Amino acid sequence: MTDVIVAEGLRKEFTVRVRAGRLRREKRRVAAVDGVDLRVARGEMLGYIGPNGAGKSTTLKMLTGVLMPSAGEVRVCGLRPVAERTRLALRIGVVFGQRSQLWWDLPLRDSFALLRHVYRVPADAHAARLRRCRSLLDLDAFLDVPVRQLSLGQRMRGELTAALLHGPEVLFLDEPTIGLDVVSRQAVRGFLAELGRAGDTTLVLTTHDLADIERLCARLVVVDHGRVVHDGSIAELHRRYGSRRLLVADLETAPARPPALPGAPLERVEADGHRLVYALESAGVADVVAALAGLGALRDVSIVEPDIEDVVARLYRREDQGCSITSTAKVPGASAS
Amino acid sequence: MGSVTATVAPSRAPNVILWFRTFKAITGSGFRRYATYRQASVAGLVTNVVFGFLRCYVLLAAAGAAGTVAGYDRGQLATFVWVSQGLLAVVLLWGWTELADRIRSGEVAADLLRPVHPVTAYLAADLGRAGHAVLVRMLPPVLVGPLFFEVHVPSRWATGPLFAVSVLAAVVLCFGCRFLVNATAYWLHDVRGAMILWTVCSGVLAGLYFPLRFLPEWLQAVLWLGTPFPSLLQTPLDVLVERDPTGVQVALVGLQLAWTVVILAACRWVQRRAERHLVVQGG
Repeated sequence: MTDVIVAEGLRKEFTVRVRAGRLRREKRRVAAVDGVDLRVARGEMLGYIGPNGAGKSTTLKMLTGVLMPSAGEVRVCGLRPVAERTRLALRIGVVFGQRSQLWWDLPLRDSFALLRHVYRVPADAHAARLRRCRSLLDLDAFLDVPVRQLSLGQRMRGELTAALLHGPEVLFLDEPTIGLDVVSRQAVRGFLAELGRAGDTTLVLTTHDLADIERLCARLVVVDHGRVVHDGSIAELHRRYGSRRLLVADLETAPARPPALPGAPLERVEADGHRLVYALESAGVADVVAALAGLGALRDVSIVEPDIEDVVARLYRREDQGCSITSTAKVPGASAS
Repeated sequence: MGSVTATVAPSRAPNVILWFRTFKAITGSGFRRYATYRQASVAGLVTNVVFGFLRCYVLLAAAGAAGTVAGYDRGQLATFVWVSQGLLAVVLLWGWTELADRIRSGEVAADLLRPVHPVTAYLAADLGRAGHAVLVRMLPPVLVGPLFFEVHVPSRWATGPLFAVSVLAAVVLCFGCRFLVNATAYWLHDVRGAMILWTVCSGVLAGLYFPLRFLPEWLQAVLWLGTPFPSLLQTPLDVLVERDPTGVQVALVGLQLAWTVVILAACRWVQRRAERHLVVQGG
């Protein structure tokens, strides 16, 4: 398989002016992205996550040619993103959840027609893709409404369509489900899952909603303070950070002392000793249940699967302790420095 | 899903034709975007007509009993005023901050993600806007003026085509100037200062407040050759009212075209500089 995205030692520094006295401003260099190496194969679906200010969006902007890297090498579809930006634009699709790419004053239908000419897509291919998106994303009800009057969920469905009409090889999604209600979120996820199943579009997704990642991405890259701190599957992440399944047992009578079970250390005791929580390490569910049943009447038993949010939260906190660089405050806007 | 994601089959039409199709489509969208705001168009139109009366009476008073001032007769002055009231909205001297707003909000990132150079895309959209303005903002004052004043009607055959070229050049040139003023937002974040400077300079030096021919000749030469401002309004209007012989008309339009090339080149240069140092913050 060929790699459609190759980044080596990718780095982006910003100058931040900090007030240091009544009139004096101090200039400080802050690395938003600090040596990211990344290879993404064709058709891969990659989740790119990290806490606020970790450098996710900055990385995406460098991969799409919007921002010039301070250092490092990047190739997307074999092209250098900044130097060959307009050529690259024909081959990638981008959705920034917090920004619109549609024309504010025009109805979606006109925006889509205009995009056909901007991206020079043959009429039949354009029509076929639009038809598909209309049925999968339920666009028909608001195709003739100006973009400024669409709800966020409707607009986002429009943005996704706009990003796909030219049949991009790579789709970059920066928080595509941010602020969406449950129904719109499911629609977007379902649509992306179907896109992934077809297998010829590479997808890079940044999000704070880990359910997006669990549904869509086999591979997860976690960044923090501009560095990659995990690159692998979700299962690998659980293994590495020792997240375990938990067995929760509710008992009729609280035992005087919770029993110690081999291969299943006691995590915690709740509800005045009526609820015991064991971590399942090497012991099987049946062994633990049998041992607990010996204590008296079992009211209820449940198994809690490891929660990805917990693992990631632990990961972020750990990185935080190990690092003293402060992340930059974000002000929306663009400027040249 | 195959049909959505299938890789684009490259079109076989030659590049130039595709480029023109893209340009035309963006121009059409510019036209439609402005056609959306009908009430705004009417409000602007009413203002233009009211100020047309004011300016016309002031200039005719300046001409006085002699009937001529700075080489214009009464009819030429009336034409000058009424066409300039329409042309003002066509070249759009003031009130365009779209690019600056998009730079400030970071939306400009979306412009960079299109397969069209930003200067080209904004220019195409602006030509569509100008086309809309010719129909909705320029025609009415041009038709209202002759109802109340005696106007000069061009008599030379070359004036029509020269005026058309001159208006087109003025639109492109004015777009270029506005693009440069807006692009200061890449460095300054806040363009209000640059915008006020532009508004004052362009109003005075483009010949809107008074015809520049009222000024001493040496100053006229400095303004025409040294700044793009007279080429924005004064030149097309002087061409239309036939103040000078045909040779001078052609020379003025030539100068205008030269300024247009210079300013567009400056736009591309500034855009390239800005992109190299662009910072898009937040999200």
